[in-house]
Amino acid sequence: MPQSELAVSIHHLVKSYHRGGQVVPVLSDITLDIAAGEFVALMGPSGSGKSTLLNLIAGIDRPDSGELRVCGTDIMALNEAELADWRAGHVGFIFQFYNLMPVLTAFENVELPLLLTGLGARDRRERVGVALNMVGLSDRVDHYPSELSGGQQQRVAIARAIITDPEILVADEPTGDLDRVSAEDILGLMERMNQELGKTIIMVTHDPHAAQRARLLKHLDKGVLVD
Amino acid sequence: MHLLKLILRNTLRHKLRTLLTVLGLLVAILSFGLLQTVVDAWYSGANNAAPDRLVTRSSVSLMVPLPVHYREKIRALDGVRSVAAANWFAGVYQEPKNFFPQFAIDAVPYLAMYPEYRIPEDQLRDFLRDRKGAVVGRKLADTYGFRVGDTVPLKGTIFSGSWDFVVRAIYDGATPRTDTSQFFFHWDYLNESVRTRAPQRADQVGVFVVRVADLSRAAEISRAIDTQFSNSAVETLTETEQAFQIGFVKQTEAIVIAIRIVSFVVIFIILAVMANTMAMTARERMAEYATLKALGFGPGFLGGLIYGESLAIAAAGTLLGVALTFPVADWFARQMGTLFPVFEVSASTVQLQLACAAVVGVAAAVLPAWRAARVRIVEGLRAAG
Repeated sequence: MPQSELAVSIHHLVKSYHRGGQVVPVLSDITLDIAAGEFVALMGPSGSGKSTLLNLIAGIDRPDSGELRVCGTDIMALNEAELADWRAGHVGFIFQFYNLMPVLTAFENVELPLLLTGLGARDRRERVGVALNMVGLSDRVDHYPSELSGGQQQRVAIARAIITDPEILVADEPTGDLDRVSAEDILGLMERMNQELGKTIIMVTHDPHAAQRARLLKHLDKGVLVD
Repeated sequence: MHLLKLILRNTLRHKLRTLLTVLGLLVAILSFGLLQTVVDAWYSGANNAAPDRLVTRSSVSLMVPLPVHYREKIRALDGVRSVAAANWFAGVYQEPKNFFPQFAIDAVPYLAMYPEYRIPEDQLRDFLRDRKGAVVGRKLADTYGFRVGDTVPLKGTIFSGSWDFVVRAIYDGATPRTDTSQFFFHWDYLNESVRTRAPQRADQVGVFVVRVADLSRAAEISRAIDTQFSNSAVETLTETEQAFQIGFVKQTEAIVIAIRIVSFVVIFIILAVMANTMAMTARERMAEYATLKALGFGPGFLGGLIYGESLAIAAAGTLLGVALTFPVADWFARQMGTLFPVFEVSASTVQLQLACAAVVGVAAAVLPAWRAARVRIVEGLRAAG
């Protein structure tokens, strides 16, 4: 597949952690290409390295060695400030526990990433309105996270993730804290983001049911891709 | 704008914790202001001294009196504009706890040397006509309810016996910092009475206050006065009024230093409390800081949030503390009567309060901001949930 069609290109990626003076290998020689517009589920037992791989792709952690290109950028070559700018422009985050700012309303939480773009207030307002409408929360704009259900909070988080129109959405156990109905709702929404907006989605999950919604399934075990 | 909104909402997030911290700051800033004002009050005599006034006393001790005939010799020196005798009286009004300064003075030259004591002309005339007359300061009059025409009985300690004075004038200060807690009466009356009661102590003066015509010659005239009386029965020491007053303060300097130290210890304690509050706050919000970093916000934004919150809390406590310092200082001054002749919260005290609060606000945020800036996103995110 040509590089230009790849959202993620990983070659011989290695990552280990240092704990108590010991080196604990987490990922060993990972090689993986993910096409733009793909919806990938990363599965594996606890400690298999799937969240670590997701964090490396999202640019919030750094590998020990190997090659890692995301959206055409060698993100290993970026310094911290450049990496922060790159994340703001290219990656949308969906967390298991939503990670919304509790003192901000739904509207303000979704608006947050736009503060880094230099957009004017009116443009920001329009975009936030569209995003909240897309996730079905246009009637909850002034609600604080504590006034929303778990499913609604995750919808706000999805709206926040897509507000800057990033190429990639990374989701770490996005349904892990939700009941079955809300989980289905969120997975449906992510499918829409993938199919209608063409977002590349990389999702870590334990849940086989959730993984079935992805088009591509990758298994990790003990830091190695097993299929 | 968004940063300010976030700072404000974060500040009000734990209302009880914020309220208690603000209260702590309020008490610390108020205490600091009051203690600094006590120190200022200690130095008020020196601060109110005029540069053209010298004080001549015995070179041995203030307890050793000077012969009154020195007055004419000092007055005759080149550059001396006027000379006035003054004796510390130390009488007791009703009870020993009712302390206020009393001086027997050469009324005309002395009062002319202190234009900051504002006396109505008719009252001044009455005082000069009455050998048993007295001039009292407004603060003293208010404290004990003295009115013009009242007789004030004093029990002598240095000059034994009962002494009755009639209040003939009440003086006001030219500024709020002028000492209006004093009691003046005629040196001639004291001397005549002493001549009758204890003739060997007559014609003696505690100090001479000397006014010079040319400020630049003050040092030269001081030397000339002391040279004139060198090798005489009582040698003199002449210094500026300010140096003379500071000499008094120095006798109790250890107390002043202790008060200063305590005032800064109070600030240090509140710094520790604030630092603890901010450290707790930042630790609880590490997942939020990690999320903000993941979204692309840099250490500067996180630092702004933490420093902003710390400064907002410090500002709230400080503004309330400074505002309360004035009425509490007024109340304190009233309770102290004439112990502190001048008890005014100075501009420099308020500036010190603000500076201390700024230091507390910034210092309390240094470590939490540094930690937030350095937190690895993946580690911070683990704190969520």
